[in-house]
Amino acid sequence: MTVPTDLDLRFLEAAAREGLLDVGYELHDTPVGTLLVGVSERGLCSISYDPEQELDHLARTFGARVLRVPNAADDARRQLDEYFEQRRQDFDLELDLTPTARFAHQVLDELGRVPFGTTTTYGTLAAKVGHPRAARAVGTVMNRNPIPIVLPCHRVVGANGALTGYAGGLDRKRLLLALEGAELGLA
Amino acid sequence: MMEVVIRQPFERFYLEHRDGVLAHLRRLLGAQAAEDAFQETFLRALRAYPKLKHADNLRAWVLTIATNVAVDDRRRLRPQVPDVPDIATLDEPLPREELRELTAGLPPTERAAVFLRYGYDLSYAQIGDALGSSTDAARQATSSGVRRLRREEKR
Repeated sequence: MTVPTDLDLRFLEAAAREGLLDVGYELHDTPVGTLLVGVSERGLCSISYDPEQELDHLARTFGARVLRVPNAADDARRQLDEYFEQRRQDFDLELDLTPTARFAHQVLDELGRVPFGTTTTYGTLAAKVGHPRAARAVGTVMNRNPIPIVLPCHRVVGANGALTGYAGGLDRKRLLLALEGAELGLA
Repeated sequence: MMEVVIRQPFERFYLEHRDGVLAHLRRLLGAQAAEDAFQETFLRALRAYPKLKHADNLRAWVLTIATNVAVDDRRRLRPQVPDVPDIATLDEPLPREELRELTAGLPPTERAAVFLRYGYDLSYAQIGDALGSSTDAARQATSSGVRRLRREEKR
């Protein structure tokens, strides 16, 4: 005996309505794959290329009441669609970075200011947060970016213009930069 | 971090147990009432989930909550009417068919206790949690249910 869809929905909607969730998420198909998009009560807290693993990470970070709810994060998902359809360059969303440590938080704030269609380097970001020699640490922050795409770590490249790395894989980084029409330096 | 209990994301817990909970509630309440009880069961589970002290036997834990909801439901709706599930709407043969029919004439609390003891093999302590009573009261409800069944058998 399986639970009928409408019964399932009634519970999920009631759970979200009563504010019982630490994170509500939905899976969202995009040109870079199926993403987990999650919101806490404070705002968008997660975009992930690896939904299964992210579930555990969210449970550890925000609390175990992580549940897939239809319409969760619908604002973020709509803006992602617009971005991939090239009808949007900037995201207008509340973000929840509360579990992020201070340095990472500063770097991510700065990252959020890197304009659409441009690239910057790890070293430049490091300098902007007042630690010019912390390029490597900035790389680590990029690698653990909880909200990729919206916080555009794909726009950060090596000093020589090399793509360097991306938590979602270099193919995705290339695709995102191509979508934005970013000029890539030769490397 | 002071947290020592490893809790899986509620999503996985829900997917693993929702079918079993609905089947359990249908047996106790019939198909119609089971739907409301289903939502209430998982809302209660969601509220209690962060306070859960252990991660063992979550199936027994959630069936206990479901039984609790079912007992509340019966008390509220039809305190004196015997509990007869809506057999026509059950869409597959039940492993506990015999027990279900056998207990159909029992008062709700005794029926739930007998069902949980012999259908789900729960301990009296767990049944007590489910019924909102002590372990002893759960043992008593179970044995008085069984006695009642024996009396009816002899009739």
